[in-house]
Amino acid sequence: MKKHIMDWTVCCNDKLDERHILLKLKPANGIMPAMKPGQFVQVKSPAPNDTFLRLPISINYVDNDQLWLMIQTIGEGTKALAFLRKGDNINLVLPLGNGFSTDKATGKILLVGGGVGVAPLLWTGKILADNGTSPTFLLGGRNADGILLKDKFQQIGRTFVTTEDGSLGEKGFVTQHSLLKDETFDYIMTCGPKPMMMAVARYATQTHTECEVSLENMMACGIGACLCCVEKTVRGNVCVCKEGPIFNIKQLTWQI
Amino acid sequence: MANLKTKIAGLSLRNPVMTASGTFGYGLEFEDFVPMSKLGGIIVKGTTLKPREGNDYPRMAETASGMLNCVGLQNKGVDYFAKEIYPQICHFDTNVIVNVSGSSPEDYAECAKIVEGLDNIPAIELNISCPNVKDGGMAFGVTCSGAASVVRAVRKAYSKTLIVKLSPNVTNIAEIARAVEAEGADSVSLINTLMGMSIDIEKRCSRLSIGTGGLSGPAVKPVAVRMVNQVFHAVGIPVVGLGGIMTATDAIEFIMAGATAVEIGTANFIDPSVSGKIVDGINQWLDDHNIENINDIVGII
Repeated sequence: MKKHIMDWTVCCNDKLDERHILLKLKPANGIMPAMKPGQFVQVKSPAPNDTFLRLPISINYVDNDQLWLMIQTIGEGTKALAFLRKGDNINLVLPLGNGFSTDKATGKILLVGGGVGVAPLLWTGKILADNGTSPTFLLGGRNADGILLKDKFQQIGRTFVTTEDGSLGEKGFVTQHSLLKDETFDYIMTCGPKPMMMAVARYATQTHTECEVSLENMMACGIGACLCCVEKTVRGNVCVCKEGPIFNIKQLTWQI
Repeated sequence: MANLKTKIAGLSLRNPVMTASGTFGYGLEFEDFVPMSKLGGIIVKGTTLKPREGNDYPRMAETASGMLNCVGLQNKGVDYFAKEIYPQICHFDTNVIVNVSGSSPEDYAECAKIVEGLDNIPAIELNISCPNVKDGGMAFGVTCSGAASVVRAVRKAYSKTLIVKLSPNVTNIAEIARAVEAEGADSVSLINTLMGMSIDIEKRCSRLSIGTGGLSGPAVKPVAVRMVNQVFHAVGIPVVGLGGIMTATDAIEFIMAGATAVEIGTANFIDPSVSGKIVDGINQWLDDHNIENINDIVGII
């Protein structure tokens, strides 16, 4: 898939809560590049001097003429993105990484997201739904406010929720949800905090379910040149930015 | 259009802009962003006689105007390079230079010998300055005798253009440069990364798996320019300058300091098309100043 370095124009910048924004962008040159769900982009932050490298951000959603990025505004680079206004331009390198196996996955597919990790699952679910499979979403957060974009997930498929304080859905972690006792799945795709993904991977291993996780190892180049973001796999150290960020758990050496 | 052609000893370059080892993969990763035919040369990943897994993650920490890395020469070894990668890149319309590293003078020499057998690799860059490996690497590059021992062994085994990459983590880089020149190096490139450290105060530990790493990016540029200038005045062989070049202006600074050619490193991570832009920028600057030949400004400081 051809990679591009290109400017994007902000269509709108929605503040989801105190720590999250949804940035909707259109290509400044009008030409939408080909992308896959689960891939990511490298954003050049408009922060003046506080950031040096680009920020890797997963693709949240793509429609005919817009690219959505959901961003946790946690450091200097991401906080500067919250100040972008309609009409501003930002520079992205994209699309990067491999993406989820939306073409390969068949049967009953479960998408499990935690916190801002739900981001790449929205478009992934949409593509799966368009392909004729009906994805099920299981979203986890600390509290009701932490379940981001819930309405948008509900428009695509069945959506279940857990919160740690019980303020929405079932109380507890995603892997404690009754859905996982009541139903079985053929394929799981997950993105979120590593402890959550490891718990999901454990469930998948126990139930002999194919499972893909999305990793976010710290990276510099995003295109497989610097070898900084490596993950230990059964084939040795590989770049998360190029050979990932999506890995089948069978490729990883996680102690699960 | 100014004349940008330059030479590193016997090696002709269409322009002085090359890409630095470890920041440009094998060129393949950058084909969507910059035509290889635009560049004076590309220096591919550090290559060793035997495969190396590199250091554990985390290997990178962002710092003020730069970054630390401790990749540790991860590569699949020179035989894999010759068999699997070389056929994919040997047609590149640019000078493809292999960065060679090792843990003893003998395996540097053996690795160089294998690379010499690859017709379309006209030069090697000998890495005696990697700060991220325990065995070899920078250990050779920080003393005159260590540097000389590696260059002596490689010079016997390798007859094409030999560029030796120097470490800035020394008291007097000019002495090291003179030592490798005396052993028959055709050129020196500098600087490799500056050894540094960054600490996560909440976790109370280094941000890097092996504790320390090599600092690169604009943070090191003034140090690099100074060292290029010192070495330029100390040796008779061509100097290749690198360290934090982000723009054509930066590149011209190095050239005026004494660099016959420059390498673009960390900047490739932020703008994968930057090397081509720097070529255009140098040309534009020369035209704007009515300078017909790039060589007219090499080492004017």
